[in-house]
This record gives sequence, C-alpha cells and structure tokens, in this order.
Amino acid sequence: MAVLEVKQIRKNFDGEEVLKGIDFSMEKGEVLAIIGSSGSGKTTLLRCLNFLLTPDAGQIFVNGECIFDAEDTRKLSEKEIREKRLHFGLVFQSFNLFPQYNVLRNITLAAELQVKEEGKARKASKQEKKEALAEVTAYAEQLLSQVGLLEKKQAYPCELSGGQQQRVAIARALALNPDILCFDEPTSALDPALTGEVLRVIRGLKSSERTMIVVTHEMEFARRVADKVIYMADGVIEEYGEPEQIFTNPQSEKLKAFLQNAQEGL
Amino acid sequence: MSFIDVTMQLLSGFKTTMMIFALTLLGAIPLGLIITFGSMSKVKPLRWLTRTFIWIIRGTPLMLQIILVFYGPGLIFGATALPREMAVLLAFIINYAAYFSEIYRGGIESIPAGQYEAGQVLGMTKGQIFFKVVLFQVIKRIVPPMGNEIITLVKDTSLARVISVTELVMAAQDIVSVKGIIWPTFYIGAFYLLVSGLLTILFDRIEKKLDYYKG
Repeated sequence: MAVLEVKQIRKNFDGEEVLKGIDFSMEKGEVLAIIGSSGSGKTTLLRCLNFLLTPDAGQIFVNGECIFDAEDTRKLSEKEIREKRLHFGLVFQSFNLFPQYNVLRNITLAAELQVKEEGKARKASKQEKKEALAEVTAYAEQLLSQVGLLEKKQAYPCELSGGQQQRVAIARALALNPDILCFDEPTSALDPALTGEVLRVIRGLKSSERTMIVVTHEMEFARRVADKVIYMADGVIEEYGEPEQIFTNPQSEKLKAFLQNAQEGL
Repeated sequence: MSFIDVTMQLLSGFKTTMMIFALTLLGAIPLGLIITFGSMSKVKPLRWLTRTFIWIIRGTPLMLQIILVFYGPGLIFGATALPREMAVLLAFIINYAAYFSEIYRGGIESIPAGQYEAGQVLGMTKGQIFFKVVLFQVIKRIVPPMGNEIITLVKDTSLARVISVTELVMAAQDIVSVKGIIWPTFYIGAFYLLVSGLLTILFDRIEKKLDYYKG
C-alpha cells in the first residue's frame, strides 16, 4: 500500500492557479526529489501537504487513510488538523529554529508539550510523565548524534553555522517521527561550502523505514539519492520517473531545456 | 523652612507620584495586550474600532484626557465624579495601554512568519506557539521601547495636578506659594532623576539578561 497518495491537488492564489491538479504516490522508504524552476509550484505543493496551505481541490491519503479532502467542507478542529499534519514533518529553507532555546530544547519542545498534554488527558502519574520526558530527551540526543551535533546540544542557534542549524532543524523534524519527512530546498539558504554536510545528513537518513520528499535545486543530489524524481513546471507534473531516466533521457522539451540550463549554470 | 521639612513634605507628594506610576503600569501592561489583540484582530470592525480608539488616545493630550475622565461624567450624564485619584489612574491606564499596545504590536509583527510555521508543523497549538515560541522573542524586542515609555511615565505623572492630585510637582508648588521660597521646585528634579536612573539600570540589566541569544 502506498504510504502517500496525492490526488488532483489544486491551489489558486488570487485567481492564479499555482497547482493544476497534482497526482502522485509514494511507497514506504522511498525518497522523492522534486525539481523545477522557481514558481513551478514545488514549495506550494509541500506546504499543502503540511497543512500550511489548504488546497482548493483534491485529496491526500496517508497509509490509505484520507487525511484531506477538499470536498469535505466540515470545519476541522485545531486538534484534528494537528493530528493530521503530524503525519508530515517539514524542514524549511530558512531553518526556523527557535532562537531563544538551545539545540536540545529546540528538538524536545514539541514532543514535551505533547507528552504533557497526553499525560494530563490520561491523568498519568508524575513518575510516568517523568519517564516519558526522559525518553523524549534520550531520543533527541540520539537524533543529535545521528546528525553529528551531540556535542552542540547546549549551544544556541545563533552560535551555529547555517549548515549546523539546518542539521538541528532536521533532527527537530525527526523527533516527532513523521511518516513522511519533507525538505523545502534545505540547502538553498546555505553557503556552497556548507551544503555538503546537510546533503550527507539527508542521504544518511535514507532507510527502508523513512519516506522523504526533497524539493531541491541540487541536481546531483537528486540524481544520486532519490528513488523517484518529479519535474514540475507551471503547476503540473511535467515528468515523473527514475532519476536515470529523468536526467539522461528526458522526454519533454521543458525538462530538456531545464536540465540544459542547470548544466550551463555549473 | 528647613531642608528636612521641605524633603518630608515633598516625600508625601512623591509617594502619590510613585503610586500613580506603579498602578498605571500594573493596569496598562495587561490592558495593552488586550488592545493589541483588538488592533491585530482578523475581524475588521473590531480592528477598525480599536485603531480609532488608539488614534484618539494618542492624538489628544493626556492632560485633556485626565480632565475629561474627571469632569466628563458629571457634565455629560450628571453623574457624580470619580474620586480624583481614581480619575487620574483611569486616564493614565487607558493612555499608556494605548501606547503599550502599539509597542506590543510592533514586537509581535516583527517575529518572522517562519517561527509560527515551525511551531505549526511541529503540531503545536496556537496558544503554545504564542506562549512557548513567540512571546519571549517579543519581550526581548520590546524591552528598549518599553523602557523609553516607562521612563516617560515617571515624568507624565506630574500631569495629575491638573485635577488637584498632590503629586510631586504640586507638592513643591504648594511650598512655593505658601512659604515664598522657590528652590523646592528645582529640588524635585532630583527625585525624578533618581527614579529614572534606577529604571535605566533595571532595563539595562534586563537587556543584558536577554542578550544570551541573537535573533
């Protein structure tokens, strides 16, 4: 069964159609790269998946469960939206770490709030809550060592380089165990010298358990790491396929021109 | 009249000054936040109403507002006037809350949208995002303008004498008119300097405390 299924997603901004019916699906453990020029709708698509934007039409299924249906006009409560959105994690182009908290707290904050809320709902004992919170911290530390920043756990975001901040942001997104982890141009705000460390971390996350969508301008990365590639242009999926096919044997004229441009840029 | 006598008499006025100062802060700091929510509301009529209110409060002299709060109810509705001190406090709290609300609004609007979005995708509620993510950053950003406004308040308290509330300046003027000596008028400057000096130190400390992070 597909872990993610997106059906006919459409989105307008002030009458301008930015997404014109997007369909695709993903299997568990797959890494999907979305490429395309600026304004093609890549970021809008990610933001729709993460409920930062509401699509005007279409449906989204996660593990077979419909988590979004534009036909369904019932107003969702904040709690319902939160539950649905937690199927997805999002790593932003501009990191968006919380500047007043240290690295560890950035990662644990949301999970701790959840533990406390659940604890209150179940009337959990103090001991139970304490154990749950200790687990959150232990997991955060495990994620930090996975992104290679355990020794920075007491540092504040302003004391880290852009690449390190983005690695913390990745650990933060992983802390809630999303079914699908999305990256919105994770290296676009970085010095070229710092993109490598972030891309390596993302590649290191690849496993049979982890499904990822990466919107990126790093063609080499898309080619080597992704299992499937989507090329978007003017709000539609212009081409979809294995990286080898997309990069060595592009079919559409638009994709050919896009790849040509990307090459000349190098 | 000796220096000690003058000081003692001025101190009673100073006490009133400090009372107005402290109670105004106590009332205006939270009331300002409520006004901010109004002026940032998505409900257009409410936003429009709040912003008109802020315009009127900021657009007219505080002295006039004090007079209006004290004499207005009697002149317009034939109601009994509020006690003088109450009228002063009410006028001050409303006036400062309007100014504070604009400082708060500036602070809240300066927080990048990405901070809210980060909270949202991590499944936080609106309340959690405001209190756990945004509020602290807002506080850091508004400390300097709040310090400014609060120091202005120390001196604005002298407007209370317009409806005969004996604060520091009026206490000095009483001595001047009764005893025919002028120096107490200048002497009270030291009281204001002392308070604003202490506030300056306090706000410096707060700024330093919050300086452990940038951004």
